[in-house]
Amino acid sequence: MISLAGKDILHGWGRFILTAAGLGLLIGVTLSMAGIYRGMVDDANVLLDNSGADLWVVQQGTIGPWAEPSTIPDDLYRSVLSIDGVERASNVVYLTMQVRHGERGIRAMVTGVAPGRRQSDPGQPRFLVAGRTMTAGHYEAIADVSSGLDVGDLVTIRRNRYRVVGLTRRMVSSSGDPMIFIPLRDAQQAQSLKDSDAIVQQRHRREGNPAFNPPGVPGLLDAVNADDASSSAVNAVLVRLKPGASPELAGSAIERWLRLEAYGRAEMQSILVEKLIATSARQIAMFLVILSVVSAAIVAFIIYTMTMSKIREIAVLKLLGTRNRVIASMILQQALGLGLIGFVVGKIAATLWAPFFPKYVLLIPGDAARGFLLVMAICVVASLLAIRAALMVDPAEAIGG
Amino acid sequence: MERTGIAIEQLTKRYGSGQTAVDALKGVDLSVEPGEVVGLVGPSGSGKSTLLKCLGAVIEPSSGVMKIGGSPIYDNRWLAGDLRALRRDKIGFVFQAPYLIPFLDVIDNVALLPMLAGERNGASRERALAVLEALDVAHRARAMPSQLSGGEQQRVAIARALVNRPPVVLADEPTAPLDSKRALGVIGLLNDMARQYETAVIVVTHDEKIIPTFKRIYHIRDGRTHEEAGEGKALYETADYCSGH
Ligand SMILES: Nc1ncnc2c1ncn2[C@@H]1O[C@H](COP(=O)(O)OP(=O)(O)O)[C@@H](O)[C@H]1O
Ligand SMILES: [Mg+2]
Repeated sequence: MISLAGKDILHGWGRFILTAAGLGLLIGVTLSMAGIYRGMVDDANVLLDNSGADLWVVQQGTIGPWAEPSTIPDDLYRSVLSIDGVERASNVVYLTMQVRHGERGIRAMVTGVAPGRRQSDPGQPRFLVAGRTMTAGHYEAIADVSSGLDVGDLVTIRRNRYRVVGLTRRMVSSSGDPMIFIPLRDAQQAQSLKDSDAIVQQRHRREGNPAFNPPGVPGLLDAVNADDASSSAVNAVLVRLKPGASPELAGSAIERWLRLEAYGRAEMQSILVEKLIATSARQIAMFLVILSVVSAAIVAFIIYTMTMSKIREIAVLKLLGTRNRVIASMILQQALGLGLIGFVVGKIAATLWAPFFPKYVLLIPGDAARGFLLVMAICVVASLLAIRAALMVDPAEAIGG
Repeated sequence: MERTGIAIEQLTKRYGSGQTAVDALKGVDLSVEPGEVVGLVGPSGSGKSTLLKCLGAVIEPSSGVMKIGGSPIYDNRWLAGDLRALRRDKIGFVFQAPYLIPFLDVIDNVALLPMLAGERNGASRERALAVLEALDVAHRARAMPSQLSGGEQQRVAIARALVNRPPVVLADEPTAPLDSKRALGVIGLLNDMARQYETAVIVVTHDEKIIPTFKRIYHIRDGRTHEEAGEGKALYETADYCSGH
């Protein structure tokens, strides 16, 4: 027996291929959407993995430092270090902001860490691909290569300029922005920096406020102003535990004794994935559902019209003794062929255009396999309508009334 | 064993039931020998299509007896369990238009029937080629139907009807859209093929041009047939049309 489906496809292959390619682009978009979600989850995991921390210590009652603002005094890390099981603890400041390089603005997560520490310390920039670590206390930066910066470049963060001394790879925020590391003090200053006018106005207000000028206490106003200008807050303390130490025990000790919030790796991941990118994920899921429905509708429509244009031939085939099974399998094979070509086109398209997305698109084979099965299932369902119509054709229609 | 064509006795067909029932056939008798081409003529609404559909096993008669190739296939009910196989193996169909499958080339259009009957592709195509040769279109075996002239398409359609060597071929107004010369040509082919393939051919028609060619004509009126001798004129130029010179 010859393949009726194959012969029919070959007969009108131009139209068939074009249709399949159109469907393929739709499938490509669907695969890319899944890839964008995977990329977001991967960015979040990379952020956690590359921070080298076992515990994230943040302000009490918050799910900081990324999902909510968190402010803690920068001397608390000493107390954290004294907790049983804690090996190392580092202050960290995170600022998601616009960094300027010449005329160009770069959306980045500026990260303040203490310079001159070991690279393996929690929060420190790892995976240097060029240059060196920060050694000076001020105005040096380490940027992720995805920022497009190079060693020796000067970047402006708030009012100060920083020289890029090193480059990292895959150090990004949970939303995929490149991380730019600067010394902790600079970051603290950048975080609390007010513009000059605001400072002057604030000082004027304090001068006129009798509370800051009580008789007999000279220098109070100056002390207040000085304290206001310096900043002693950080967003989080990243903790690495001694080998074998329990994150639960250390975490609960920190929470109890220091009145802070401590999150383990798994908790932090669920905060990032379930809270920070949850809405985006639902957005993408919604898109996936719509794209699947649209693909199904397109396949159904194409297969249905292809079948309807062959109604007379189907009536003749039935009259000549062709079994329903043969006719149904002809339609089904065409639907599956459409899905197969569409999937191949879609996979190639998604792979080709993935690097051009501004954010990380992670295409994983599992998603491709699931996508393939989904496409095939959609094709089967979509062909049912056409098969039903074909089976209802009366062979007597081939004989004139 | 001598081949026999088709024979029916007291065949009736009632559409619907009760008040609105229509008795389209009211007891039709008809028999056609192998090699014979008979005409089935009658005015519109007389029951020609209904009879053809019953003979073609696409609708079920209401009562009567029907034999094809000597074996009874209907005796107040279908005796054959598988009507599709019956149509495929025992009945050839020729329609008003060629109705070739547009996505199959000429040889596969014809070879499809033996293939559907489970014959291997190679053997089916050999068989198809032999019939195409008999109809003088073998040289177009690898062409697509859309590349053929109307006459060539009609020959391929006749080849398809004959390829499984059915005892009976039913032709439904096969000359309706054709001019006089072509219409007579098709009748000539059917006569030749009826003899060559020892098949009984029933031509449903109201085409005045071809009616004089039948030796025997069944007139159908108001659901009943009566037989009549025809003129049996060989108005067609068989040799010219068939040998392809
Ligand atoms: N499917 C049907 N249902 C009900 N009545 C029908 C049907 N088909 C044909 N008839 C009736 O049966 C009679 C014969 O019709 P038909 O066999 O089509 O005649 P012809 O082909 O000679 O014109 C007509 O009265 C027609 O109205
Ligand atoms: Mg009719």
